[in-house]
Amino acid sequence: MMTVGLEHYLVVSAILLVLGIFGIFLNRKNVIVILMAIELILLSVNLNFVAFSAALGDLAGQVMAMLVLTVAAAEAAIGLAIVVIYFRNRGSIQVEDVNLMKG
Amino acid sequence: MNNWMIALPEIVLAVTGLAILIIGVLRKQDAVLVCTMLAIGGFLIAGLLVLNGARGGGYNGQFVSDSFSSFNKILILIGASLAAILSLDFNRQQKIERFEYPVLLLLATVGMMIMVSASNLMTLYLGLELQSLSLYVLAAFARDDLRSSEAGLKYFVLGGLASGLLLYGISLVYGFSGTMDFGRLATLLTNPAAASPGLIVGVVFVLVGLAFKVSAVPFHMWTPDVYEGAPTSVTVFFATAPKVAAMALLLRVMCSPFGHLLAAWQSLIVIVAIASMVLGAFAAIGQTNIKRLMAYSSIGHMGYALAGLAVGTPEGVRGVLVYMTIYVIMTAGTFACIIAMRRQGRAVEQIADLSGLASNDAGLAMLLAVFMFSLAGIPLLAGFFAKLYVFLAAVQGGLWTLAVVGVLSSVVGAFYYIRIIKVMYFDPAAGAFDRRAPSLSFVAGLTGLATVLFFLFPSPVVDAANVAAHALFR
Repeated sequence: MMTVGLEHYLVVSAILLVLGIFGIFLNRKNVIVILMAIELILLSVNLNFVAFSAALGDLAGQVMAMLVLTVAAAEAAIGLAIVVIYFRNRGSIQVEDVNLMKG
Repeated sequence: MNNWMIALPEIVLAVTGLAILIIGVLRKQDAVLVCTMLAIGGFLIAGLLVLNGARGGGYNGQFVSDSFSSFNKILILIGASLAAILSLDFNRQQKIERFEYPVLLLLATVGMMIMVSASNLMTLYLGLELQSLSLYVLAAFARDDLRSSEAGLKYFVLGGLASGLLLYGISLVYGFSGTMDFGRLATLLTNPAAASPGLIVGVVFVLVGLAFKVSAVPFHMWTPDVYEGAPTSVTVFFATAPKVAAMALLLRVMCSPFGHLLAAWQSLIVIVAIASMVLGAFAAIGQTNIKRLMAYSSIGHMGYALAGLAVGTPEGVRGVLVYMTIYVIMTAGTFACIIAMRRQGRAVEQIADLSGLASNDAGLAMLLAVFMFSLAGIPLLAGFFAKLYVFLAAVQGGLWTLAVVGVLSSVVGAFYYIRIIKVMYFDPAAGAFDRRAPSLSFVAGLTGLATVLFFLFPSPVVDAANVAAHALFR
């Protein structure tokens, strides 16, 4: 039977990070999906912190994970608020409609 | 007790912010004026506390107050106060006059002050998020304006991505070294060969996250859109205080815990600096909107400042600090002039709207010309000395390519700054601007005076920057 070691956690979290980044850049549909991708990135980081914390036998990583969870909640609240005012002004939250200014 | 004294300026500002929130809700008339005045008062008191406050580390090594943090805090407070003064009339004219504005400004400033005082990766993240979350809301502050909400949305998405990458870097650094404390990291990394590859990858991720916050190329995509879309009073703030805070954070992180890894990050910073300088110089040429132009200009200026960091010596850091001081002054003045661009009660922001300004309003044209010459780095104005200190440090550190590219790109940059002066002085006059508010004349006059007279009194700034830079390398 295979044991699950630190490197397995790191690989899963790296995959989640890459999924999150691709979710932001390749997504052509909906802004809500981008918010979910950002959450995915933060959760991959949390997985990393907790795995390292367990492997090192050091509590700081778990404290940091709690901190990140709290901040992620605040960030989601602000992100949704901004999406709501954007929808009120634009009438759509399609990614291809976010193009008033060309950067 | 000691802990309270070290963080007194931040605590005072945070309490002021909460008090303003209550006052704003309870007060029926001129809530905004009262709240903004209270916020400026809070900035002043915090500034005095920073100057005379206790020094040292506290909160179990999470927080440090030294001459480096004090220097940057003063600079941040100056930027925030100027932004608060400039917002007074502009927000009223744009009908976005709400008392939440000074509250958000205060909270963002508290976040920035925590950032520059961080001596642990945890505090760093906490301060950075407090700042960023307030700034996301500020960018979308004109909530009935499509451009402002689009700016907020873009800033939020890309800012969230950058925070995520930064955090991922922090988690790797923590995992491969076992600590998040700057002091212990520095001791662990005394022998750079002992650093594991995982840790180096973590440092690169941290670098990417912070490069986004200072809007260095290739992480600059958000800057022009956010600068253009956000209300101009918010853009002033974006262009001054957060840049100082992020640059100070970058300096502290790169020089204090990861200082011994200079060989690993130096080439990265050199590439980012060169790319920022070149893009800032060339991309600004085609712009017609003056706020967009200032965005590209700020990307270029961050490139020059990063050139000082690339050297990795106290002289280089001193150059960066002097650069940021002068940059804040020049930028605040330029934006005061941009806010003054109003015709028939509407804000205009095309460069063509400035044509023939000299014949309508000689004072404003004169001030804007001074700022443009200074941003271009014409000798004897403050902007020249800013570049001088950075490039001197680069040459002393043997980074000749950086200095040569810097000088060449500032020559290219001078083209578009001087084009604005040409538009103001030699193009046929368009209609006159509305009478400008006294607060704008005050800020523009003050910063203009500082820009012109800097060469007479450079020593207080340079000496303070010198002390601050050496505090990082103890």
